[in-house]
Amino acid sequence: MKVLAILEHQNGRLHRMSWETLAAAQQIGADVEAALIGSGIAALAQEVAGKKIARVYTAEHALLQNYTADGYTAAVEALVRKANPDLVLFPHTYQTRDYAPKLATRFDRSLISDVVAARSEAHVENSSPVFVRQFFQGKLNGDIRLDGPGPHFVSLQAGAWRADALESGSAAVETFTPELNASQIRQAPEAPFRESARAVDLTAAEIIVSVGRGIGDKDKIPVVEDLARALGGELAASRPICDAGWLPMERQVGSSGQTVSPKMYVAVGISGAIQHLVGMKGSKIIVAINKDANAPIFEVADYGIVGDLFEVVPALAEEIRKAKA
Amino acid sequence: MKILVAIKQVPVRDSALVTSASGRWIEESGLSFEINEPDAYALEEALQLKEKHGGEVVAVCAGPARAQQTIREALAKGADRAIHIEVENLGEFDTLGIARLLAEAARPENPDLMLTGLQSDDLGYGQTGVVLAELLGLPHSTIIMQVDVVNKEGPGSSIRVKRELEDGWFQHIAMPLPAVLTIQSGINKLRYATLMGIKRAKTKEIRRVTPNRVTPNQGEARSRSMHIEKLYAPAKSRQAQIFEGDPKTAAAKLVEKLKFEARVL
Repeated sequence: MKVLAILEHQNGRLHRMSWETLAAAQQIGADVEAALIGSGIAALAQEVAGKKIARVYTAEHALLQNYTADGYTAAVEALVRKANPDLVLFPHTYQTRDYAPKLATRFDRSLISDVVAARSEAHVENSSPVFVRQFFQGKLNGDIRLDGPGPHFVSLQAGAWRADALESGSAAVETFTPELNASQIRQAPEAPFRESARAVDLTAAEIIVSVGRGIGDKDKIPVVEDLARALGGELAASRPICDAGWLPMERQVGSSGQTVSPKMYVAVGISGAIQHLVGMKGSKIIVAINKDANAPIFEVADYGIVGDLFEVVPALAEEIRKAKA
Repeated sequence: MKILVAIKQVPVRDSALVTSASGRWIEESGLSFEINEPDAYALEEALQLKEKHGGEVVAVCAGPARAQQTIREALAKGADRAIHIEVENLGEFDTLGIARLLAEAARPENPDLMLTGLQSDDLGYGQTGVVLAELLGLPHSTIIMQVDVVNKEGPGSSIRVKRELEDGWFQHIAMPLPAVLTIQSGINKLRYATLMGIKRAKTKEIRRVTPNRVTPNQGEARSRSMHIEKLYAPAKSRQAQIFEGDPKTAAAKLVEKLKFEARVL
């Protein structure tokens, strides 16, 4: 099976998930090619050429200097038609989410997004793997079977494949100039910016106590804040808490917030939607407190208490203070 | 401005889910349903844009008869009318198939702007809005946190939106109208339906559309490109030790483990 891995980069560096995508391509395909889209990307292509793949394409064009959905869709469409792979793999980034569904539509395909695993069926010759992805916010997993001929389009969840599994080698670099004109590109992007300097750096915290929807009310946040104090940790939250303005955005953990890997992460009233888990599942010890025994957070937790957080959390804070005294 | 909002009905958050007998979907009997949360934010954004710039908000929903409830709620919150694409076997369509149904319904409406949530809480593919844009031949942008209408009418009509990027970064993007946007949760503050709104909703139009193609995979050239073979409970990546008993006992056991086993205290 021929696999084309579309690699993402920013500020002259490959996105870390690009390496994971390339590692996945090596594991899934017998014949692997990679592609970089942009302008002035020759040095990056050389870096990728040091891996065990057949070829690196660079789709170079001045109109690809800044990402636009229209520009990238046109460029990758032309490249896929030229390379003719069975499978096109993407890192499941915000950028991929912005244009890969549009690209797949041009081939009459649906994008299989946010895949966490691929299972090959070795006994069936030339079969494509079954892809596993999460449904219902991570409550259920599903096996996805591809229908019809390729190319098929699949994006991979952060951390689902290990970049350190990449094999080294030597690949040819092939420059490809897609035909683009400015009138095709309808989005006019401006320079990226940050709202404000981040006052809270959760990535440096050794202990994080994080609060989710289960808290129910802004006025109840101090219950969890007290546990953070008892542990000497930072207070954080899942997205809905920050959306509601109950805690500032800079305390958000998850795909749209900060990615953390503290010594201990305590999730209070957090069900564990995928977007939250990708931001914290690298934590060394995970403790979950939730009323729902089936909440996905317990799938990544080391320790858990199923119960009413308003009873459990104060009791836990008290026990911790006793243990530390 | 005429704004179309694509909404979806999904099982309520915290539903206990069981795989159906076929193994390919969930057992739906006994479940309650509600509007997909990101779609609720898309609807709210449409209502706020209408309040600012005038015009009409039309809700579009593909789903079985039960979706009627969610459509009524959208009307009660302030949508002017709705289109219900009646499909009983939604699960047999792939995302492209569902987007085609929505595009078919949207095309004759000629909206200035089409909004939807960035992803659904059930399937979570996160692509319906982007695919819709491609099918309708319109520009789009995703994961939007702010919508400013620069020029609402005429050939030069355009918007400037704030798109969320990764790691706390944002970006402004300008594009001409008509366009399609996928809305991020938290872009605005959701309203509740008023009693008056609920009363008015009863007289608002819901146009029922039966799609030409109710079975998506009968040897058509454009058949689906993927399907769910099996749904199942995920294997636990770590085996959590769960502590039971009254809160005080459970907390004491947990603290002992954290101190002597995990050694994080």
